[in-house]
Amino acid sequence: MSLFNIFSISGSAMSAQSIRLNVTASNLANAQSVGSSEATTYRSRSPVFSAMMKSFQGDKVSYGVEVKGIVDSTTPLEKRYEPDHPLADKNGNIFLSNVNVVDEMSNMISASRAYESNVEVLNTSKQLMLATLRLGR
Amino acid sequence: MPISIDKALGDMPAKLALYGKRSSLLASNIANADTPGYKARDIDFRSVLSKAGGEQLALKTTHGNHITGTGAGTSSPEVLYRTPTQPSLDGNTVDSQQEKARFTENAIRYQSTLSFLTGRIKGLRFAIKGDQ
Repeated sequence: MSLFNIFSISGSAMSAQSIRLNVTASNLANAQSVGSSEATTYRSRSPVFSAMMKSFQGDKVSYGVEVKGIVDSTTPLEKRYEPDHPLADKNGNIFLSNVNVVDEMSNMISASRAYESNVEVLNTSKQLMLATLRLGR
Repeated sequence: MPISIDKALGDMPAKLALYGKRSSLLASNIANADTPGYKARDIDFRSVLSKAGGEQLALKTTHGNHITGTGAGTSSPEVLYRTPTQPSLDGNTVDSQQEKARFTENAIRYQSTLSFLTGRIKGLRFAIKGDQ
């Protein structure tokens, strides 16, 4: 029955959005992080969403979302001269993480809205299925 | 006096199946609202229903004694791509608001078909039981 598919479709979307929220939380938490080199400093992360496709009657149809991976941002880090900082390198520089707080906030709102709409879809489908079970009464 | 239950229920079971299929398509559109490159899909309802209602498949007769019969066509619905009103840069063609509206509309159609079906079943039951 097709209505049963919705549980896995919306479920996968909810888990993908919660991973996105998780990554956003980690980015926001590390917005003020500093490091002593380019390699050890925290970089802003983002999940890569991809539609899971399957063949259906000779046609490709999506059956949910998956997170292909988490990628680091390649935006260059800000270098600041602070020789008194305990993490400063031998030239007296520290590196600041490249998290954009405004980007992260909008990401967070978008993720929570998307999560909500998937919950709504799930609830509607559940009601439809329950109504179908009561058919004829 | 034979009563065909299939005929009494009409095309409503097929409709229910179709609405179910459509709701899963719309759900995957909403699920992929943030997936880059995802193309929104839908079923063109009017064409499927007119095909199911109007076109009857006739049995092929190759002999004079063969009985002619008809059966409703159960053609699989064609899943089409949605034309985006405002294409986005990442190639995604899902309009979240539109998809939600369509999903709700589809759910209401499903529910109304269910209640019509319930009425029909109640009528049949009444006919079977008589005035008890």
